[in-house]
Amino acid sequence: MECVFGLVGNGFAIVAADTSAVHSILVHKNNEDKIMLLDSHKLIAASGEPGDRVQFTEYVQKNVSLYQFRNGIPLTTAAAANFTRGELATALRKNPYSVNILMAGYDKEAGASLYYIDYIATLHKVDKGAFGYGSYFSLSTMDRHFRSDMSVEEAIELVDKCIIEIRSRLVIAPPNFVIKIVDKDGARTHAWRQSVQDVTTASV
Amino acid sequence: MSIFEYNGSAVVAMVGKNCFAIASDRRLGVQLQTIATDFQRISKIHDRVFIGLSGLATDVQTLYQRLVFRHKLYQLREERDMKPETFASLVSAILYEKRFGPYLCQPVIAGLGEDDKPFICTMDSIGAKELAKDFVVSGTASESLYGACEAMYKPDMEAEELFETISQALLSSVDRDCLSGWGGHVYVVTPTEIKERILKGRMD
Repeated sequence: MECVFGLVGNGFAIVAADTSAVHSILVHKNNEDKIMLLDSHKLIAASGEPGDRVQFTEYVQKNVSLYQFRNGIPLTTAAAANFTRGELATALRKNPYSVNILMAGYDKEAGASLYYIDYIATLHKVDKGAFGYGSYFSLSTMDRHFRSDMSVEEAIELVDKCIIEIRSRLVIAPPNFVIKIVDKDGARTHAWRQSVQDVTTASV
Repeated sequence: MSIFEYNGSAVVAMVGKNCFAIASDRRLGVQLQTIATDFQRISKIHDRVFIGLSGLATDVQTLYQRLVFRHKLYQLREERDMKPETFASLVSAILYEKRFGPYLCQPVIAGLGEDDKPFICTMDSIGAKELAKDFVVSGTASESLYGACEAMYKPDMEAEELFETISQALLSSVDRDCLSGWGGHVYVVTPTEIKERILKGRMD
């Protein structure tokens, strides 16, 4: 029931992911951050097998940093997306990763971009994308309301519409979401949307 | 559901008078869900050879990257472009290398050979070449495509008439296939120019 979705606006890209860590019928925690900062201007929102998700996204993050150390310049979003696809494709027929990824980034020349990379290494540059059961609701909502070059406020409104739709129409819908944004000023957490808060655990 | 039908695709190539046309649909889906409506299935290897790949999108992308790599090496060594017949043999060999763990694609190769004679062929996922003098088809809509092409094709069509014929054959076939469609991408190649056109059909 993991929900990840994202869209591209005017000079920025937004991704939202649910924050439940679930094992069978038990919710271990509901503030698990599934959107990782790849570098200053890239985000990777991942859904899938929890072990694979963390291991693979960390692997990609470390390799992106390594490139920057070695070459002195950061990878473009397209290059990082293609690298990720290559790693998934190589592993596919040996020991596949069950991770679906939405990679959002901002480059000075290319502007904001969003890449859809599914677990069998299909790569496609998209304006809006989603994974999981939530995608049936969020994609349709985005198809209805999305326009190219939306402002941040309009995009957040659309993201909220999608979250409301998921919460009301998906059985065992995740209660909490995190929304992150990347634009020319970098990648950062924009907001949390929490309907259930666990005050006893610390945010990891 | 077969793994060849996971993403949905339709590719067709036709021979004309000293020209050829190659066309594909534009849908990228994950079974019943449409992810994108601008997926590129046809790629240019060089000005006189095109390859259209149907089947599993991840293997389409991997195979395309391997073929471009091999062709670039060939260009460096031989200081010329590959003939379409040679390229077809290369694709067949690369596919058969993976005989017991194949790339899940069916390529359609179209090119202009010596004396501007058009060449088309298709092969199955393990490299069994099928040469044809008139048209070749592949993808989830292949059965409809066979029927439409057989009915509409006639030999020695000029470029404009060939474009009309292949477009009508493609659109009418993908309209009967839920997994392919969302427009068409047609390349008509003559010895002097490459004309690329996007078709708008039933967008569903």
